[in-house]
Parts: sequence; C-alpha cells; structure tokens
Amino acid sequence: MSAESVLFDAPGPRARRRHAILTVFGVVLAVATIGAVLWKFKAQGQLEPEMWTVLFSADVWTQYIVPGLIKTLEAAAISIVLALAFGLIFGMGRLSQHRALRWVCGVIVEFFRSVPVLLMMYFTYSYFSSNGVFTSEINPLAAVVTALTLYNGSVIAELVRSGVFSLPKGQAEAGVSIGLTPPQVMRSIQLPQALTAMLPALVGQLVVILKDTALGTAVLYPELLQAARDIGTGYSNTIPAYIFVAIIFILINYSLTVVAGRVERRLSRRGRGPRKAAQATGVVGADAAGTPTR
Amino acid sequence: MLDILEKYDILGAFWMTIRLAFFSAIGALVIGTVLAVMRVSPVAILRRLGAFYVNTVRNTPLTLLIFFSIAGPYYILQISLTDKNSPTALVDNGIRWAIVALAVYHAAFVCEALRSGVNTVPLGQAEAARSIGLTFGQSLREVILPQAFRGAVAPLGSVLIALTKNTTVASVIGVAEASLLMSEIIENETASVTVFLVFALGFVVLTLPVGVFFTSLSRRLAVKR
Repeated sequence: MSAESVLFDAPGPRARRRHAILTVFGVVLAVATIGAVLWKFKAQGQLEPEMWTVLFSADVWTQYIVPGLIKTLEAAAISIVLALAFGLIFGMGRLSQHRALRWVCGVIVEFFRSVPVLLMMYFTYSYFSSNGVFTSEINPLAAVVTALTLYNGSVIAELVRSGVFSLPKGQAEAGVSIGLTPPQVMRSIQLPQALTAMLPALVGQLVVILKDTALGTAVLYPELLQAARDIGTGYSNTIPAYIFVAIIFILINYSLTVVAGRVERRLSRRGRGPRKAAQATGVVGADAAGTPTR
Repeated sequence: MLDILEKYDILGAFWMTIRLAFFSAIGALVIGTVLAVMRVSPVAILRRLGAFYVNTVRNTPLTLLIFFSIAGPYYILQISLTDKNSPTALVDNGIRWAIVALAVYHAAFVCEALRSGVNTVPLGQAEAARSIGLTFGQSLREVILPQAFRGAVAPLGSVLIALTKNTTVASVIGVAEASLLMSEIIENETASVTVFLVFALGFVVLTLPVGVFFTSLSRRLAVKR
C-alpha cells in the first residue's frame, strides 16, 4: 500500500476521530445500498426462495450452466492458444530487420487493436455463414475465436515487442558478439527472456479473453451468458440467473488475477520480472544502464 | 458499393457511438474518481468497499452488465430512466441504461488509472513536503495530487479508447450505434469486406486522435524525475 504512505501521515487523535466517523459513514453506505437493492427486489417479488433455490437444482446445472461453462472455456482456450501464436509471429515481425515486414506487421497489429471486438465478431460471423467457410454449427464458435484471436493476438504482439525492447541492450550485443545471427539472437536470447517477463500480462490477457467470450452471445454462440438468459426465460428468474452467472465469471477471473499477481511476485523475486524502470513511460536511458537481469 | 452505403445513415450511427462514449466517459470519470479517493483513503472500510467494487466490476463481462441493465432494473424492477409514457421510452431507456452500464463498468478502470497515477509519486515527495512544514492539505494540494494527475493521463487515455470501442456492446440491447448498423447492412445486403472496412475505419478515426492526443499530453505533462 504505497499509496497510503505517500498520501497520509500516521493519524493523530483528531484524525483518528475523523476516521472513526468516516468508518461509520462507510458502513452505513454499504448497508443502505444493500438494503435499497433488497427492498426493491422484495417489492418486485424477486426474493421468492424458489427463484434462487432452482439455481442449485441438477437440471439447471446439467442443461444450462455446465454446457455454457464448457463452451465459454472452450472458446477462451482456443483463442488464447491462437492469439499467442499470432502475437509471437507478429511481435517478431514488428522487430524484424526488414523494413517492409516490420511495416506490414505494424499496420496489421495497429488495425486489429483499434477495431472493436464485437464489430469483428459480427462481420466474421456473417462472412463465415454467407460464404460457407465452416459448417453452420461451427460458425458461431469460429466467429468468436477469430475475433478474439485477432484482437488479443495484436495486444500480445505489442507485449512481445515491449518485452524485447525492455531487455538490456547488452543481451542482444552479447549474442551477436558470439557469432549468432540476428534471428538466432531473437529466438534464443531475447524471446525467452521477454516471454518470462510478460507472463503476468499474458495471464491478465486471459481474463480479457474469458470476459470477451460473453460477446459470443451476440452471434448465437451458446456460452455462459447465453445460459443465464435461457435460465431466466425458462424459470422466469432473470435477476437471480444473471447474478449467479456473474458470480461464476467473477470467481474464475478473480482467481486468474490472483495467479497473475503470484507469477509476477515470483518472477520479480527471481529478478526476471517486468523491468519497471524501462516500462514506465519509456524513461530513456533507464535500460541503457544495462543492469544485470539476474 | 457506394450506393449501398448511401442508403444507410452511417454518420448518424457513429454520432450515436460518440454520444454513448461521451456521456459514459463523464459518468465513469465521476464514479471512478470517487472510487479512487475511497481506495487511497486512510479509512479501511472505504478502501475495502472501493476494492470490492473494482474487483467485482472488472471481472464481470461488460456484455453481461449491459444485458442485465435492461433485463433486470428496467423490465423487472421497473426503473425507467425516461418518462414511461413517451412513445420512445423503450429506445431511450436502452440508450440510457447502456450509458449507465458503460459508466459503471469503466469506472473501475478509471479508478485503477487514477490510483496508478498516485503510485507514480515517490514517497520522498510527501516526506519533503512535510519536512518543509506543509500541512497535510497543503502537501496534498501543492505537491502530491498535481503529480498524481499528470501520471494518470496516459492510462486514462487508454481507458477512454477502450470505452469508445466498448460502446459497440450496446448493440446487443438494440442501441442503434455503428456496429448494429453494420450488422444490419451485412444482413440486408452483402457480407463484403468493404462494409467491414468502412466501419472499422470509422473506429480507427475515432480512437486514433484520442490516442495521439493523450500520448502527447502525457509526454508534455510528464514529471521529469
């Protein structure tokens, strides 16, 4: 909590009294919000026990939640693998020695980074279905995976590039001086270090992908959000169904975030984490100092 | 190709995108600032509440929030954001609830951007301010917050760009913005790459200047350390 120590002194008696008042205010705020929501739920008959208990029945799980969850994870898993491949190829392309290749990869990456995922999903879905690229039952999955791959792959390409850039210059120079060719330097010296450094960011990107699979419901992909909507119509308990599915999403994503944090701490303990000095707004010279990586 | 595009009000659709982005950006900035203040405050319970909000909202899909805003609060809880009897009540509620959901969602990211700005201020700055005898309020006003805001410019810019792109999600509840119009055109006419490129270019045009502006702003305002 470095923010705390910058902003605040150790509290004296008056500050402590003020903090106590603010604590009471915070508790009242929280209780009032929960109370208002529950009161509104009650007024509209959303607190009937059956509406909530049905969520734990076997039918709901076997027919909606488990299939939806599997579809969500399936799309996310395929997308992360493809996005990683895309990101590696285009990230290396942007670092290539050939200007034309660098330029083409740069345009592609910047383009897909600035186009909304949903726009790509709508387009790829109609494109696939009107041109019969895949069989019709695979089209939604293909559209989701394509859009997520192109967007997140571009983001990962940028991660690769900035990861390689943040390495000390001496690493590449040492590689060249022992007689490796530039592509060899990239493959066997720079990439492995950049990849370990960007591992936390990669896990974070997985959260983004998992959340964005929910866009699939717009192109009729039967994932977890679609399951929530189906439960809502089937059992007329829309609000409980949405809240329940939101909790599932939050639990999965939050644990991924925790994993990302652990990985980051572990890497920085080993001295291989993201290089803070070089990353922050590109402080020139900070990495030129060539502090040893480990 | 051009005659197909001329039949549709593409600029109007992008105008809706801009309006969505504008109003939800303001909302997100207001909520996000309150959250950021809570998260860096010395009061434990406020910090916890802020962290709870950020962790909850940041890990929920935006699509879920937008679907829920119209299905839950509007249809079931009957919370209308416009005059219920006006003929355009449904459309207007769609737009306004989409703005609410977008603001609520991006507020979490605004909060984190502002907080990261506070984190760029070295501890020595506060200590130096105290040691020359500034009071708490003075050191906050004169030394820490100015640096914190300047450090937050670049991440705030990325949030604004993400928000602009995320307005497309409002199309899932039928808000007539750019991506909904594109899927209509594709449905009615042809799934040609040109149509996609026109709309994609529209978004590039919307987001590119924002990115350039915020990057140059953050460079200009960067605190030399």
